[in-house]
Amino acid sequence: MGIAVDINKRLGDFTLDIRFESEAKRIGILGASGCGKSLTLKCIAGIERPDRGRILLDGKTFFDSEGKVNGKPQKRNVGYMFQNYALFPTMTVEENIAAGLHAPGRRSALRGKGDSAGKTESVKERVREMMERFRLQGLEKHLPGQLSGGQQQRVALARIMAYRPDLIMLDEPFSALDQHLKERLQHEMMEMLEDYRGQVIMVSHSRDEIYRFSEELLIMDDGRVMARGETRRLFDDPGNTAVARVTGCKNITAAKRLDAHTLEIPDWGLRLRLRQEIPGDIDAIGYRAHRFEPVWGEEEENCIPFSVAGVDELPFERRYYLVPAGNEKAERICWFIQDNERQQMDRRPRPDCLRLREEAVMLLRR
Amino acid sequence: MDTIIELMETLDWSPLIISLKTGVVATIISFFLGLFAARKVIKLPYQWKAVIDGLLTLPMVLPPTVAGFFLLLIFSRRRPIGIYLNDTFDIQVVQTWLGCILAATVIAFPLMYRNARAAFEQIDANLVYAGRTLGMTDMRIFWRIVVPTAGPGIASGTILTFARAMGEYGATSMVAGNIPGKTGTVSQRIAMVIQDGDYLTAGFWVVVILLISFIVIFLINLLTGRNMKNIRRW
Repeated sequence: MGIAVDINKRLGDFTLDIRFESEAKRIGILGASGCGKSLTLKCIAGIERPDRGRILLDGKTFFDSEGKVNGKPQKRNVGYMFQNYALFPTMTVEENIAAGLHAPGRRSALRGKGDSAGKTESVKERVREMMERFRLQGLEKHLPGQLSGGQQQRVALARIMAYRPDLIMLDEPFSALDQHLKERLQHEMMEMLEDYRGQVIMVSHSRDEIYRFSEELLIMDDGRVMARGETRRLFDDPGNTAVARVTGCKNITAAKRLDAHTLEIPDWGLRLRLRQEIPGDIDAIGYRAHRFEPVWGEEEENCIPFSVAGVDELPFERRYYLVPAGNEKAERICWFIQDNERQQMDRRPRPDCLRLREEAVMLLRR
Repeated sequence: MDTIIELMETLDWSPLIISLKTGVVATIISFFLGLFAARKVIKLPYQWKAVIDGLLTLPMVLPPTVAGFFLLLIFSRRRPIGIYLNDTFDIQVVQTWLGCILAATVIAFPLMYRNARAAFEQIDANLVYAGRTLGMTDMRIFWRIVVPTAGPGIASGTILTFARAMGEYGATSMVAGNIPGKTGTVSQRIAMVIQDGDYLTAGFWVVVILLISFIVIFLINLLTGRNMKNIRRW
């Protein structure tokens, strides 16, 4: 069961060609702007019509070009949270939340939770329940324009959850918010979705958002699925350089396999020795900027001597941009250290080299 | 002063009633037709859009007498459609109040249509999509989301339509004529009394028209102003 998508759509020069199936409760789609992730959601919702293919949710056919099925968005019973929330500007908060409860097919959403024999709620009761659950009491008669970004987001989610959709889609849910709100609301969103039993698909270009949200991850590029898998595994072992880059890996460089346990890293002037066996097709490595270990004194195994090309100070982080010794032309190595390390670092002289830890090395294919 | 009192005592008020009635009815018809046309036109592919939009806007650009000419061509009782309407439904357009309404509607309709269209085109498509995923019928989306959101634009279209319909002269005089108590509108009365050199009566009607137009515009501005409160000024 779960969601199954296999669709093609041309839109001018852009071609969407996406296929995935998943039973995961929290699915993330990560990709740059314009890679087709929102279009994918719109096709699932029925707002856009694919040229070819099939979309199924829990065995129900939403779209099937061969079977000539194209369910109306009104009938698909899915929730779609738009990037700008798309709250109806002339309706009050209450009316917005009730908007999804008036359709004839939505009466079933008003049944009491769990017990089928339970009495039917009225629209009013359901709206009040949602107002409470999303901490919107007191804002009943407000118009969306009078709400803060966070409140608007809660109204948008309440409006969707009110009619108990079979699937919820979140289209860049945090991009319209101020930076300082994002962090808190990301956490809040997870809480609010906690007791939702259906699948949730979230689309984002922010890997932090996606990482904390999704169990399963789809990485999209130029209308295609570039990689798919369990989120943590995909971040730990991206497999190829393109995926590594999307997951935010800052240091990706060519490697040459010398033997089963040794890689030559020409740009870093390094011979990397690993205890694990290196597959034959590995021709690049990735290393996350936070994972380097500074070393003082003698050069040890798997260490890169460097000189500093630049330093960026951030509120809680310091970012070094380093030149590997003897290779001016190489791409700068990014080394990021957290606030507490920064303080320690300031008490000592500058380290002589950086050590790569084996468990943090990502073996990649180009 | 005496002349004014005398004027008021002998004045025939029928032009005011006819003009107001014509304005209101033509505005109501244009309102619905305009919204309907605007909704249909924005969905057309752009080549068709250009053609249909041109046809619908034409009456606004043409001299009203040209519109009048076409209306006569269609509805004259000596023309096929006019004969058909008269013989089958006993409907006469030319030289009747129906002619007043028809002329005013045709001339004023483009104002409603164009304003509604411009307002619709400003609407965030996501609002409509959201309505659909929320299970709302297209009809409900249109009346509950699109029209209220386009409110200010539609209101200004309505104001202009009413003002234009009430003041219509050219096409009305050709199609409906100036029959006192029947099709004699204020603007036609003004033209007529001026030909007689009666500037006092003409002036009186001018003042009446000015007042009504101003009050109507003021009222609708007041109404829409309330909705405009949440729109940022620049």
